[in-house]
Amino acid sequence: MTRHVVAPVSEFPPGTRRCVVLEGRRIALFNVGGRYFGLLDRCPHQGGPLSEGVLTGLVEAGAPGDYSFSRPGEILRCPWHGWEFDLATGKSRFDPRRHRTRAFRVSAEPGEELRAETVPVRVEEDYVVVET
Amino acid sequence: MTVLPPGAIDCDLHPAPPSVSALMPYLEPHWADAAAHRGLHELETIAWPPNAPLSCRPDWRDGDARPGSDPARLISDAVDGFGTRYAILNCLYGAPMLYSEDMAAGFARALNDWLKAEWLDRDPRLRASITVPPHAPGLAAEEIERAAEDRRFVQVLLPVMGETPPGRRINWPVYAAAERAGLPVAFHAGSAYRHPPTPVGWPSYLAEDYAAQATAFQAALTSLIAEGVFQKFPDLTVVFAESGVAWLPAHLWRLAKYWRGLRMEVPWVDRSPEEIVRERVRFTIQPFDAPEEPDAVARLLEHLGSDDMLLFATDYPHWQFDGMGALPEGLPADLVRRIAVDNPLSTYPRLREGKP
Repeated sequence: MTRHVVAPVSEFPPGTRRCVVLEGRRIALFNVGGRYFGLLDRCPHQGGPLSEGVLTGLVEAGAPGDYSFSRPGEILRCPWHGWEFDLATGKSRFDPRRHRTRAFRVSAEPGEELRAETVPVRVEEDYVVVET
Repeated sequence: MTVLPPGAIDCDLHPAPPSVSALMPYLEPHWADAAAHRGLHELETIAWPPNAPLSCRPDWRDGDARPGSDPARLISDAVDGFGTRYAILNCLYGAPMLYSEDMAAGFARALNDWLKAEWLDRDPRLRASITVPPHAPGLAAEEIERAAEDRRFVQVLLPVMGETPPGRRINWPVYAAAERAGLPVAFHAGSAYRHPPTPVGWPSYLAEDYAAQATAFQAALTSLIAEGVFQKFPDLTVVFAESGVAWLPAHLWRLAKYWRGLRMEVPWVDRSPEEIVRERVRFTIQPFDAPEEPDAVARLLEHLGSDDMLLFATDYPHWQFDGMGALPEGLPADLVRRIAVDNPLSTYPRLREGKP
């Protein structure tokens, strides 16, 4: 596992997203209400750029007409064909077992603990870190 | 020639009243009186014009008699002819589609009672579907409850083209009543002619009308899935009769494709439409609409992805095939057995009860 420092937390506020290239792979990063998520920026269907997709919630129904809406902002719709992916797991909604994209662990870490990394950090700042 | 195994069950045959007057003894007094005083003429639909070649196989035709109107002929041509253990009668007479809901329901009751007395009582191998007014779901549900007491009624019959898309909630009382009675609901080729039978408008020719039936079945299947009928009624089986079969894989592929991108519109559809159809929908095998080459048939069956979906049927007296060739060529024997015996028995629980 490699840890990559991608940005100071102060520059990656809630409600924003960005795309980074780590080890040659494009990874789409999202800050949803202070929680960080990362997905390989490539839809398993035809390679659509997930980083450009709409963030929505999880729509479910136990019976016709019985809609429920939960986890706002944590479901990503591919901009090309609308396939939905769970930001937390990378699994598709329609066939989670067979259709999924890779999810990466993303977290905020204090600069104090990142001094051994290869990028310069300031000890008084927190940083967004992606594990690959 | 693909040979039928013993115990085969014919899931689609069409009896017809020889004329509307045959129903008079079975109509309630008010409707019999109204029919007489109004000078009601024949109440056939225009879907199967009696003299059209499609409407009756030449060797099953009996002069000018309405095709399928003679029980003795149906029994000797189809039941004895194919050696079937059971034959399910789907009466396509148009009277239950009359605009008056009450009159339509009255004729539906008369048709069901006529079927019992003139057909089911005549031969223990005969079974029938319950005819209902398709545009009056409440009255249809009442008739299902009434007629289902006779366990020789094994199914509920609706035209594939009714007044509203079949999945709409207004139609749910029919499915609830069928599910309660343990009866599958069959959608049969045909229309109540509330709307043009093609999506682009009224056709000029019979060939157009009949070919377009396949698109009606596609729309009906999509409606049933999208509106959540299979989730709402988990014990309901749907049968598509005289629907053709070959269109199904391509349509399901397309439907599943759009469902993947639009799933959130219909979140109760929690499985692929293909899975739902394989589990819950059955198709009678005449017409089959596949090329005659066994290889092509084998590929189509592979695309269907299930051996449980097809039901043997002759579609008597309609002219879909000649001689004894009711089944496509090149089917393996075990699949023939499933189509002719096992699948019908699984689809129609009442056929497993033996003597009613």
